[in-house]
Amino acid sequence: MSSNSFAYNEQSAGGEATELGQEATSTISPSGAFGLFSSDLKKNEDLKQMLESNKDSAKLDAMKRIVGMIAKGKNASELFPAVVKNVASKNIEIKKLVYVYLVRYAEEQQDLALLSISTFQRALKDPNQLIRASALRVLSSIRVPIIVPIMMLAIKEASADLSPYVRKNAAHAIQKLYSLDPDQKEMLIEVIEKLLKDKSTLVAGSVVMAFEEVCPDRIDLIHKNYRKLCNLLVDVEEWGQVVIIHMLTRYARTQFVSPWKEGDGLEDNEKNFYESDDEQKEKADKRKAYAMDPDHRLLIRNTKPLLQSRNAAVVMAVAQLYWHIAPKSETGVISKSLVRLLRSNREVQYIVLQNIATMSIQRKGMFEPYLKSFYVRSTDPTMIKTLKLEILTNLANEANISTLLREFQTYVKSQDKQFAAATIQTIGRCATNISEVTDTCLNGLVCLLSNRDEIVVAESVVVIKKLLQMQPAQHGEIIKHMAKLLDSITVPVARASILWLIGENCERVPKIAPDVLRKTAKSFTSEDDLVKLQILNLGAKLYLTNSKQQTKLLTQYILNLGKYDQNYDIRDRTRFIRQLIVPNEKSGALSKYAKKIFLAQKPAPLLESPFKDRDHFQLGTLSHTLNTKATGYLELSNWPEVAPDPSVRNVEVIELAKEWTPAGKAKKENSVKKFYSESEEEEDSSDSSSDSESGSGSESGELGESGEERDSSEDSSEDSSSGQDSESESESGVQSKRAAKKNSKPKGKSGCEDGEKENEKSKTSESSNAESSSIEESSSDSESESDSESEAESRRVAKEKEKKTKQDRNPLTKDVSLLDLDDFNPVSTPVALPTPVLSPSLTADLEGLNLSTSSSVISVSTPVFVPMKSHVLLHRMSGKGLAASDKMVSVQITLNNTTDQKIENIHIGEKKLPMGMQMHVFNPVDSLEPEGSITVSMGIDFCDSTQTASFQLCTKDDCFSVSIQPPVGELLLPVAMSEKDFKKEQGMLTGMNETSAIIVAAPQNFTPSVILQKVVNVANVGAVPSGQDNIQRFAAKTVHSGSLMLVTVELKEGSTAQLIINTEKTVIGSVLLRELKPVLSQG
Amino acid sequence: MIHSLFLINCSGDIFLEKHWKSVVSQSVCDYFFEAQEKAADVENVPPVISTPHHYLISIYRDKLFFVSVIQTEVPPLFVIEFLHRVADTFQDYFGECSEAAIKDNVVIVYELLEEMLDNGFPLATESNILKELIKPPTILRSVVNSITGSSNVGDTLPTGQLSNIPWRRAGVKYTNNEAYFDVVEEIDAIIDKSGSTVFAEIQGVIDACIKLSGMPDLSLSFMNPRLLDDVSFHPCIRFKRWESERVLSFIPPDGNFRLISYRVSSQNLVAIPVYVKHNISFKENSSCGRFDITIGPKQNMGKTIEGITVTVHMPKVVLNMNLTPTQGSYTFDPVTKVLTWDVGKITPQKLPSLKGLVNLQSGAPKPEENPSLNIQFKIQQLAISGLKVNRLDMYGEKYKPFKGVKYVTKAGKFQVRT
Repeated sequence: MSSNSFAYNEQSAGGEATELGQEATSTISPSGAFGLFSSDLKKNEDLKQMLESNKDSAKLDAMKRIVGMIAKGKNASELFPAVVKNVASKNIEIKKLVYVYLVRYAEEQQDLALLSISTFQRALKDPNQLIRASALRVLSSIRVPIIVPIMMLAIKEASADLSPYVRKNAAHAIQKLYSLDPDQKEMLIEVIEKLLKDKSTLVAGSVVMAFEEVCPDRIDLIHKNYRKLCNLLVDVEEWGQVVIIHMLTRYARTQFVSPWKEGDGLEDNEKNFYESDDEQKEKADKRKAYAMDPDHRLLIRNTKPLLQSRNAAVVMAVAQLYWHIAPKSETGVISKSLVRLLRSNREVQYIVLQNIATMSIQRKGMFEPYLKSFYVRSTDPTMIKTLKLEILTNLANEANISTLLREFQTYVKSQDKQFAAATIQTIGRCATNISEVTDTCLNGLVCLLSNRDEIVVAESVVVIKKLLQMQPAQHGEIIKHMAKLLDSITVPVARASILWLIGENCERVPKIAPDVLRKTAKSFTSEDDLVKLQILNLGAKLYLTNSKQQTKLLTQYILNLGKYDQNYDIRDRTRFIRQLIVPNEKSGALSKYAKKIFLAQKPAPLLESPFKDRDHFQLGTLSHTLNTKATGYLELSNWPEVAPDPSVRNVEVIELAKEWTPAGKAKKENSVKKFYSESEEEEDSSDSSSDSESGSGSESGELGESGEERDSSEDSSEDSSSGQDSESESESGVQSKRAAKKNSKPKGKSGCEDGEKENEKSKTSESSNAESSSIEESSSDSESESDSESEAESRRVAKEKEKKTKQDRNPLTKDVSLLDLDDFNPVSTPVALPTPVLSPSLTADLEGLNLSTSSSVISVSTPVFVPMKSHVLLHRMSGKGLAASDKMVSVQITLNNTTDQKIENIHIGEKKLPMGMQMHVFNPVDSLEPEGSITVSMGIDFCDSTQTASFQLCTKDDCFSVSIQPPVGELLLPVAMSEKDFKKEQGMLTGMNETSAIIVAAPQNFTPSVILQKVVNVANVGAVPSGQDNIQRFAAKTVHSGSLMLVTVELKEGSTAQLIINTEKTVIGSVLLRELKPVLSQG
Repeated sequence: MIHSLFLINCSGDIFLEKHWKSVVSQSVCDYFFEAQEKAADVENVPPVISTPHHYLISIYRDKLFFVSVIQTEVPPLFVIEFLHRVADTFQDYFGECSEAAIKDNVVIVYELLEEMLDNGFPLATESNILKELIKPPTILRSVVNSITGSSNVGDTLPTGQLSNIPWRRAGVKYTNNEAYFDVVEEIDAIIDKSGSTVFAEIQGVIDACIKLSGMPDLSLSFMNPRLLDDVSFHPCIRFKRWESERVLSFIPPDGNFRLISYRVSSQNLVAIPVYVKHNISFKENSSCGRFDITIGPKQNMGKTIEGITVTVHMPKVVLNMNLTPTQGSYTFDPVTKVLTWDVGKITPQKLPSLKGLVNLQSGAPKPEENPSLNIQFKIQQLAISGLKVNRLDMYGEKYKPFKGVKYVTKAGKFQVRT
């Protein structure tokens, strides 16, 4: 046992000091003696000394004591500097204890905490995975906002670590970072998305936890991982299982149609509630043809073994999953397991019983075989007893009620009076629920009235009151008996109940009631307020029904007493009653109805279970236990009327390129995917019969849909049912639509042939069609474009009767990126876009010598079209004339002679270039004929700045100084990279290196193709294939330094988008942002 | 998930706190104390308490409260189960889960808690893994550590964390390879006044102590597996084998663990091994009553019943008891009103009995109900359900292990109403 272990035996004030005395190995044992007298401050002084000693053992002892202080909740923050020094200690135990300390106090000492960061950054690269993981763990636990970018970077790196243990820790770190800085959400979601794809069971639970915490609404991230999660579930560690099962329950409720048949919905009223009759009928038809989605089945099947888990939380999680998503006929299996949990400790029992109570209200049958397991033992805690009673009540029926009543008799006698009272209420509820035993129960309760215990009697009275109210006619005897009891009972509620009961039935017991009133009038002043009110009521009722003078006088007497009561409620009531019943000249119209008011038929109270309304919370949750919505509770959605497209869960084998296929095109993608992934699908899904035909079938189905699209776009509403009125053109469309339907049947959609569904389908396909076509437009004519582009330009040039400077791109680097493309992108859609004339950055209007700049962009192309491409390039190159070094931006200058004289010796004169800029001048032009034009090229290295390059353009006679300011977009060279690389690079360019802006524009401007075009118009960037429909990425590097420039356009809700630029060259980044913003937002 | 943990002793001192996210002030426990006061009895403190900003989920174990602070929705059982796992781990490490033990080992406790939760989400809860990360304290090791300066903390990632069998550590080596199984069955019963059985059920567990080198793959089969109605498994058991062949096939963790727990199907009639003759009565209007109980064996299948203890929670009006046992000894605690009679073994020739007078508070009404008797007993070498282990086979390793199975039947929640 370690030395300090002795120390903590002593809790006296001197404990710390004694402890020091025992530390024989400690270097400063003398100071321990000091400790006896010294203050806290002094004591910490010696801890500091120990921490600074060069012996590990002393340091370790000091750290152990400090941890002891932390554990007790004492403040040890002043030791921070001394402790942090040891963060790089070689001794692993010291290190760990320092970590403990650091995590505890970093928030308070942010500046000092930063000292330790570099150690963690180093440790993140350690070859030992345990060290990497723990470094990440501690780093992410330090709640210091300044290090958010470092954390982000660390998380991104760790999420790609080879060790699943490190990746697991990365998943944990996501949640920590999110709670520290919610602004990082978007980037964190990317990491989550990546980790969700992880195949390791170690990671699965943690990343789903992160998902639940950060973006529980992004259900779309789950689609592709759904089957994997289902299949891994059994092997995931138990805590992860709980989280995953809860998440999958929610998922299933949004993605599958209800497996609950109308027939067993008797107890299940939630459904009937929102639908009209004819709808219901329609539904019934649908239900007949219900077939469960194989994915739905997969989840139910794969969770079943987990009912056997030793972990109560897992069992409960599976139970709630079955409850919420399994067909009602299959829910039965969970009851056995839940009952097993009742053997566990009291806390588990408590929660499980609560859940069983909720379930047993809706489906009695499930737990009836286990009735006896809910019998109460005298040693159970009261809260368990009452819950068991609750369940017993819910389970009571004609068959078992006699056994139960016998059992209840034992409970009523229990020493635990609270429990006995609860039992009486239970008996009352059983009596109302099961009419056969009402009389028996009533008699039993009447017997209890002679019980010696007051609480029992009082409770009985209250319950009897409620029971009698339901069938008041034949119970005169009981009322008489209770009237007699009034003398002995002192509990106010009970007395009040008896008085109320007598008042209510005063016409049935005409002799007794006035007598009771007489007695209570005597004791009025000493009664409880509750009783007083009932005495007043009784008096009023008698006044109205009993015509004897005596009674009236008594009532008057009571009213007089009440008038001067201390409680204003009673005074008010007195006044009210007097006005109502005692006739006088002032009494209004109401007094005529006094009898009706007081002796109205009152509805019998409903004795309901307190668990009745709990079922709208997901079972097994905190909210269910508390019966209020807890923070962060995620609502379980209702079943969708129509299942969303099940094919989203199909997993593709080959990563098909969809670089330019943006949002809305999912349909089209899927058809391709399904086509390829057929074999895998068969493996995956159990019901291969339903899936296997998908291969060719789906193909034709998709074709059919596209056919449908065509005509649906023409008359979208009419084509829904049969297409009788459609033209011959759509004939084929209809046919293939049938094929599509046929195909979709085994997928569980069969019942959906009604119009609604159809409409929806056509709507989606319509939109997708529209979008895909626009994309095709943009991509298909790429070949011709590069040619036509130059043509167009030359035409433009010709039209202008002025000299023009044309700026163009340097193609050399292009070549290189082309080769790269070959490696990275197996397929990519070719795109080439013309750029219109950029607004000239500078126009010098001098004696007919006119300079204007225009730029064009070299198309990004793909290996598929390599031959074609090279041609373009060559063409370009040849057009270029002068080749400049690859750091230069080439500038083409067209010199037009608009005068009628020959201009001679045109050359570049004095150059005024800022630091670092270089210029490659063109060869002097000897002479330029009138009306003639010549194009020359020059290269300028702008040094990645937006400063202007000024130089003099000289002719034989004159010198004109001109200057060129490069548009930012031209300082870039497009690069090709994969999405993964992009994200990696982006992760490294956060914080200072990131600028972003929100753009608002009409939605039609946010179609991917439009964005693409606009962005490429402004800047010379290359598009990055994107896996997400709503995010588009572009990459480029600066011409001079080759720094990366990453542009992300992310479409948001509504008509906004976020534009993010990550680059080291922050100036260029911000200028580019400024330029892109108006372009993207304008119509 | 779990934000903070407070350990509180019976007298209401917070003696340990640990935070996994930002620090939550101790004052949050005031809500807990409030609830505790309201509940009167420790057993009745609600496990889930809602406070304005947090939720408190607590367990009561070994006279300690483990109070965890939660901020957002979480399955309560998740937290409860985890807290029990923490308590189990302490038990495992320090031999007992008591305030003294925790205070003595506060550093190890802290290191354990640090490993068990990360950001409030369980990280490593398997005892085998934890023991590799943080070695349990032993006298020998603390001596060695103080000399060599080495520590209790392991510096490599336990292989179990990464493998498909996280419950077993790698490189296990024993000179004597042994595998022991204890089949322990408990009878839960409620017997009514007249001696007839209201409710009876057999719950069983198989605890294993496995000390086998390498990676043994075991399969355990039963003579009568049909008896097992509802079973819960240690994660190591292959569910598919059980479903198809009713054989327990598993690669065991190293050391002690609970292999399965089961319930015997309710169709089988449960043999109740003891009967109790009782005569407890309180006289009206007098301050004394009579107390007379006798215990006898019944359907004990030829085995001796031993370790019998009778516990009775007497009514509050009981002041004292004057009793004479024919066998064993008894105690009565006048504060808690608990009578405990330690009987020992039953010999059929002379049945043990406890007779005498009960002193009641004078003037108080006589108790409504007779107290019920809670009985504990033990029968060695018998599984009351008749469950029998058929054979244990080992694959994957060459050596011949020593195997053993032991049967015990105990009383679980065995209550006799009087």
